[in-house]
Amino acid sequence: MARILELTLNGRTRADAVPDNLLLLDYLREVVGLTGTKTGCDGGECGACTVLVDDRPRLSCLTLAASMQGRRVDTVESLGQNGRLSAVQRGFHEKLGSQCGYCTPGFIMASAGLLRRNPRPSEDEIRAALGSNICRCTGYVKIIEAVQYAAELHAAGASP
Amino acid sequence: MNEIVPAHTIGSHVPMVDGPDKVSGRAKYTADLIMPGMLAGHIARSPYSHAEILEVDVSEAARLPGVKAIVTGADCDKTFGVLPVARSEHPLARDKVRYRGEPVAAVAAVDDATARKAVALIKLKVRELPAYYTARAALAEDAVDIHTHRPGNIERDVVFELGSVEQGFRDADLVREEIYSCAEVCQNQMEMHAALADYDAERDRMTVHASTQVPYYVHLMLAQILDMDMSRIRVIKPHVGGGFGCRTEALNVELIAAMLARRACGCVRLVTTREETFITHRGRPETDIRLKLGLRKDGRITAVECECDQRGGAHSGYGIVTILYSGSMLYAIYDLHNVKYIGRRVLTNTPPCGAFRGHGTVDVRFAFESLLDDMAHELGLDPLAVRRANYLTAPTFTDNDLMVNSYGLPQCVDWVEQASGWNERRGKLTRGKGLGFACSHYISGASKPVNWTGEPHATVKIKLDFDGSIVVLSGAADIGQGSTTMLAQTVAEVLGLDLTRIRVLTGDSDVVPKDNGSYSSRVTFMVGNAALEAAHKLKATLVAAAARKLEAKPEEIECLGEIYRAGAQDKGLTFNEVVTEALKDIGTITVTGTYSTIPQSHGGKKYRGAAIGGTMGYSYSAQVVEVSVDEDTGVVNVDRVWVAHDCGKALNRLTVEGQVQGSVWMGMGQAMSEETAYHDGLLVTGNMLDYRVPTIADSPPIEVGIVESNDPHGPFGAKEAGEGSLAAFLPALTNAIADAIGVRFNELPVTPDRVFGAMEKKRRASNAGKPARKPANRGAV
Repeated sequence: MARILELTLNGRTRADAVPDNLLLLDYLREVVGLTGTKTGCDGGECGACTVLVDDRPRLSCLTLAASMQGRRVDTVESLGQNGRLSAVQRGFHEKLGSQCGYCTPGFIMASAGLLRRNPRPSEDEIRAALGSNICRCTGYVKIIEAVQYAAELHAAGASP
Repeated sequence: MNEIVPAHTIGSHVPMVDGPDKVSGRAKYTADLIMPGMLAGHIARSPYSHAEILEVDVSEAARLPGVKAIVTGADCDKTFGVLPVARSEHPLARDKVRYRGEPVAAVAAVDDATARKAVALIKLKVRELPAYYTARAALAEDAVDIHTHRPGNIERDVVFELGSVEQGFRDADLVREEIYSCAEVCQNQMEMHAALADYDAERDRMTVHASTQVPYYVHLMLAQILDMDMSRIRVIKPHVGGGFGCRTEALNVELIAAMLARRACGCVRLVTTREETFITHRGRPETDIRLKLGLRKDGRITAVECECDQRGGAHSGYGIVTILYSGSMLYAIYDLHNVKYIGRRVLTNTPPCGAFRGHGTVDVRFAFESLLDDMAHELGLDPLAVRRANYLTAPTFTDNDLMVNSYGLPQCVDWVEQASGWNERRGKLTRGKGLGFACSHYISGASKPVNWTGEPHATVKIKLDFDGSIVVLSGAADIGQGSTTMLAQTVAEVLGLDLTRIRVLTGDSDVVPKDNGSYSSRVTFMVGNAALEAAHKLKATLVAAAARKLEAKPEEIECLGEIYRAGAQDKGLTFNEVVTEALKDIGTITVTGTYSTIPQSHGGKKYRGAAIGGTMGYSYSAQVVEVSVDEDTGVVNVDRVWVAHDCGKALNRLTVEGQVQGSVWMGMGQAMSEETAYHDGLLVTGNMLDYRVPTIADSPPIEVGIVESNDPHGPFGAKEAGEGSLAAFLPALTNAIADAIGVRFNELPVTPDRVFGAMEKKRRASNAGKPARKPANRGAV
């Protein structure tokens, strides 16, 4: 069975026919072509596919696309303004929170979600908010620095 | 007037030049390539560990609507493998299957669901054979040979003795022997294996995009497996989501994708699942080590005897090299003279192992640094003093002919001693807390490449054209370690230009010069040196052009990056004016830089395989780990790590820190939680929950000290930074636990259940030594 899915994706409304069993992850990547959201595991293990649904981080590999009816979904491609990097993106780039980059969109969306609900997180709050995202390159040290730096940029007026 | 200064980044903190692509989601990895009309590939895998194949029946799968191509072992009688002496693997099993999960057939279909359905319809008929899941079982006298050309299931045995261990042990004040065992671990890089193969039937050309560290080796193996001329093949490496060694050889994934594309006469994308990525493996083997050391009261090591068995898995892979590294790299860190090594690489019915970060050195280093710590303790010596008693003096050659030109280990030890407050804090921490120390080292690329062709070790081209933009062309594979940034920095530094003027093009065999790939930490040293030579050639061309235009001698020209002038008063020429002048004679400028290692670095001939371990520059690392052990639960928490790494010269302090932190942390995973497990050959840890990777909640602060020994041969003095700090974490952890609770762990990983079990045993032992307690008063009986 398929149905028409209407949602707001990265600030734009759209309607697509989607099969009932299509995952949000595959909808984003294979149907819409937003490949910034990554597939890193066989389901719910790694956090690489994290997107924001109504500003809350969510694993798109454990979410049916059809359940997004009327919801607001944001992927990594939605961040930044006027072609410039957002605070979180800048943090991950400038502080080397990203090495191979594959887990990065998931970490960035989980961090953006954190800063939207808690603009000045403590280190423990950062660790808790990113606890379901796996990175194999950094040892997480520079990821924490990246989010702390992003919070400073955010406090100074940059979009998260 | 402001003084004009050339732009300069070497030695500073430089964010990666390709970082904006990664943080914006624009960076394309292989699975992100979506081509119109492409087919989905899927692999059928053996449910048997060891069996003769009687029939692979694909008839029902072939009838499924939407199936466009099926290939089996019958379609390719060629073998592949990274070492020319050990190519025994078929992309799809032919006569036999040798591990559970080995590919036996593959399907290309209109979509993934159809491909999976077709794979489920493929029937495999076999005659099962006895299977061996441990090195010991495979070595049993009556064991069946897994490969007929490897009798007794020994891939390679290595024995050497340099000096006399008998004499060395006689000279020691303390001789100890211990057994160590390390579980098999897996790279588990974030990007699952993927390949996109596109076959042009009209012109008989194959293009393969692959998630690889070694596009050139993939190119070689595609030609061999497809029986195609290399000139008809194009290999493209898109962004790669980590490697850590599992992609340092051509994998069956890209070869099978190409076989499917040719059969389908079209484009096939093959993306493996996480479980399949685990099964493709190429991780660090399960290793058993017997180590015997002799130590004098003054801290000098008098003899080393090391016996090492590695469970290599079902195919050769890098196995011969791994077992040789484990022996040769006993050297080049301390001044050793009486060393005996006995190594055995064993074939088993488990997925094939490979070249995991720290290749061949890690498990032996764990054993060595653990036993040394234990013996220092027994002799009442400070573990740091023991290391200091055994330093090398560079430049030197080791007894096995390894060339050591720069040696920053003493500075590393001093740094962690200071930073951790070792002398003030050691032995004075509260109950359950401990400090541990250890050292490690690694090569900056193997001096002799595995495919020895006589060509330079690295080649870099630079193109400069009318627009004044500089394009660096290199085959170096950036897999997240930052090689593209290193190339941009190196060329920009020589020319004094801003990084924004430099573009680096990599990863397309049609465009860039061949490169051996990103493994054994060779890229900064080898490719960096080639880039340095190319940049100097380009600068000489530009200086000559400026001299012509300014009617001066080339030696009078001062290159300030954006300005070339002949004397401080001269307002000079802009870079673009110099480029215009330079192009007048020759048009588009291309220059080539190469790098070749020197023969003295190629290792010796004192035993068969002694070249393995030879490099132009060894990196060094020292670490202090602080732990808290919960004595009620057995949970070990790493509170903090101090690590100092001698990378010769940090070209980019940001990426060096990132590499060192990543190495330490990966060592932590191996030491504390990561291990594969099989049930009758079935991988039962094929996901990131059962294969337990440390999360951000478990991971400690890691403070990095950069030591710069300025290697005489490294580019700007640089050596490797991405592997050498991994190994020291393991023994530093177990040494810290021993300091905390007085229990020494010789078995990895040190999981809470193992810690709890060991503490229970200790409690029982200490209780057994005491007089029996009076029965508690339970009231009147």
